[in-house]
Amino acid sequence: MILTVDHVTKRFGGLTAVDDVSVELEEGMILGLIGPNGAGKTTLFNCITGVYPPTSGSVVFRGKEIAGSKAYTVARMGLARTHQIVRPLNDLTVRENVIVGACYGRENLGLRDGAKVADEVLEFVGLASRTEELAGKLNVAQKKRLELARALAARPHMLLLDEVLAGLNTAEVTGMLDTIRAIREGGVTILMIEHIMHAVMNLSDRIIVLDYGKLIAEGAPEAVAQDERVIEAYLGDPDIIEEVTDVDAIEEDPT
Amino acid sequence: MDTLAASLLDGLLIGLLYGVAAMGLTLIFGVMDVINLAHGAIMALGMFGVYLLFSEMGMNPYVALIAVLILGLLFGVIMYFVAVDRVIDESPLASLLSTFSVNMIIIGIGTAIWTTSTYNVEYSLGTVETGPFTVTGARLMAAFLAVVITALLYLFLNKTRPGKYIRAVSDNRGAADLMGIPSHRILALAFGIGTAIAAVAGGMIATIFPITILGGSTYELKSFVIVVLGGLGNPLGALIGGLILGAIEGIVPVFMKTTWVPVIEFGLFVGILLFRPTGLMGTKK
Amino acid sequence: MMDFLKRTVGLWIPLLVVAGIAAYPLITGSDSNREAMFSILLAIALASSLNILLGYTGYVSFGHIVFFGIGGYAGLYVMTVLGWNIWFAVLLGATVAGLIAYLLGSAILRLRGGYFALATIGVNEAMRALTGNIDALGGPIGMDVNFSLYKPFGGPGGMLQFVFWSVVALTVLVIIISFVVKKSKFGLGLQAIREDEDAAEDMGVVAPRAKTWAYVLSAIIPGALGVLFFFKNGHIEPGEAFRLALSIEMIVWVMLGGIGTVLGPVVGAGLYQETRKLLLTNAYLKNIQLAVAGALLLAIVLFVPAGIVGWLRSRNARLRKVLE
Repeated sequence: MILTVDHVTKRFGGLTAVDDVSVELEEGMILGLIGPNGAGKTTLFNCITGVYPPTSGSVVFRGKEIAGSKAYTVARMGLARTHQIVRPLNDLTVRENVIVGACYGRENLGLRDGAKVADEVLEFVGLASRTEELAGKLNVAQKKRLELARALAARPHMLLLDEVLAGLNTAEVTGMLDTIRAIREGGVTILMIEHIMHAVMNLSDRIIVLDYGKLIAEGAPEAVAQDERVIEAYLGDPDIIEEVTDVDAIEEDPT
Repeated sequence: MDTLAASLLDGLLIGLLYGVAAMGLTLIFGVMDVINLAHGAIMALGMFGVYLLFSEMGMNPYVALIAVLILGLLFGVIMYFVAVDRVIDESPLASLLSTFSVNMIIIGIGTAIWTTSTYNVEYSLGTVETGPFTVTGARLMAAFLAVVITALLYLFLNKTRPGKYIRAVSDNRGAADLMGIPSHRILALAFGIGTAIAAVAGGMIATIFPITILGGSTYELKSFVIVVLGGLGNPLGALIGGLILGAIEGIVPVFMKTTWVPVIEFGLFVGILLFRPTGLMGTKK
Repeated sequence: MMDFLKRTVGLWIPLLVVAGIAAYPLITGSDSNREAMFSILLAIALASSLNILLGYTGYVSFGHIVFFGIGGYAGLYVMTVLGWNIWFAVLLGATVAGLIAYLLGSAILRLRGGYFALATIGVNEAMRALTGNIDALGGPIGMDVNFSLYKPFGGPGGMLQFVFWSVVALTVLVIIISFVVKKSKFGLGLQAIREDEDAAEDMGVVAPRAKTWAYVLSAIIPGALGVLFFFKNGHIEPGEAFRLALSIEMIVWVMLGGIGTVLGPVVGAGLYQETRKLLLTNAYLKNIQLAVAGALLLAIVLFVPAGIVGWLRSRNARLRKVLE
């Protein structure tokens, strides 16, 4: 197992945002994390990446306990992430943004090697023509790719993607899906939060579902899609129910 | 014992005045996250406002305070739109510098007019004696006015519509905008009230102490300490912070040299920032 | 060679400016010019130091003058009381300032935005009040430099020469440090912190450590300058050593020239000092020079927040390659 989340709970005052969640990830897989808004998905991410310590429970990454570690420690161990709301370093160029990722990531590169890695990664995510632009000037889709590029430049063992598809148009979603598949081909394990159901159902090897902080279902995409508790959790959002339950549509989905 | 009690009483009375002086600063910070570095200069304008109205026009200094309040409000609203509105969403450095430049302008012009010499408002309310305590009427009046001003601000913020708008904008400007509250005008109003209180505090100081155009800066530094003691952004906390500072200034000189007072004050200030950034009794914000 | 020059052109331009300023009194052979250039160089060195923290890291230190004062006190104490020579005193001033910055930074750099700015003001005021109470440092009266200490330089004239060239050397040093830091991996980490500290930490930047070292770097040269300045001045006292107004002027110099650039503090400090001199010599503007400076600052903050060099850089891609 590359990552083992064991009985993790996170409380904010009286609110239990993540409630006794346990998950395991095998090396090389893509695990999809879904759930209605406010289910605690991003909070779980933040507990794993060290943004804040979990209230209780343990997180083991490549054999080491990381619960309560600082974000930079976790990042340097090879666990990179993207942000749901993009956080570009606005006054630095696109290239400099990615060099930060490369130089301070797992390989701890010097500037020169970092720049080389950055150029490769920018080529890979399709931002090669924008390297000298200020990051703040990019559009949303480009900023999402920049987030991804920074995380990849760290040469991580594992990648946490927080809604990288949100806000993209259909063509951009298709492009991003190809990119994510290519990342997996490169041997990187992926844990992704996603709202676009057909995409996450299609990409993931396994799916876990959070609702009110609790893990309510886990399994192969087809099985999860027909789980009654999952359907119930999504009640009130008919579009999503349709997508979740319509397994045929998933199989036939061109993406 | 009597010296200690008398000294403490003196300190507490002045502490109430300090509290009002800090109230404008903390109100502005609480509503818009701006540390107004023109605070001391505005207090100095209040001092000279009362001085001029009294010495040149013969107005009773306490009536002059009302005029200073209105002028302070106007000045604050104008200052907001000229110097603050454009940088309200920028980094803290921008508003620190823009308000500091207003400070330079005020002090620069003020020095050209009045130089840095000392002026006095020659007006006395006599003294009150009870037992071992002798207190000047001016100090009692200032303490009383401090309580009145705090109460009025509290009522304004909690019971009136503009006051409620100010609190709404301070809680969440984005949400207030969506509800149709004209947030920039409300910010201007809050800024105006903050400067008005600062100016009045300056005016009250002029009724007690000699004044100079640079005199506000001491109180500005004290205000920083008070604001942190009482919790940044908490106007009621400012009064309590002022009382604490006044108590320190009353008690410490009885036991050691007066020059240790600022060491203790600023040491406390940095300590609280580090360990209780929400203030001694603060929970919110 | 050409490649090296091309990569470091952003360093040579500010160094040339400094060389010009340093050479001016030499060419004119005028002592009063030397004193005028001295105050400009001092401003440049202080502004460039502050810029490492303020411009690269994004932390607003309002009380940065505290390190100038600390250096001054440490240096004058060991010279006048313990009889150290000036070289060791300058070294000590820098070391003490750096050490205090390290300890202080580990604590107060946890604070962000306005809270950090307030804490730096508090630290400066606490230091000022504290030194006034320490009898060994002369209390509120401060310490005087005995004239005999100027003897090794052949009297006050030689001492002025010595201090001037020392400040030139320190100015060159701080500009080189500024440039090297900006071009380094460490500097890139600082700039990431400036843009978004949480995102930087998510990418592996060890922000607490990086910020602390930036603070130390920005404190060392002011510490050394403090020793030289007060040695030349002949006297140090709390109000002079920890003058908050000078601290804020340092920020103005950085902002005027261009925050976060190597050349900016040089241009800003030079221009500001010259403008002020002009205002002071003009009969009409003399009385309101502070107000004019204030209006100028306000205009910059509101309309050209990137400062002169930042504005030039944003206007022209070729200038961006030349001006750092």
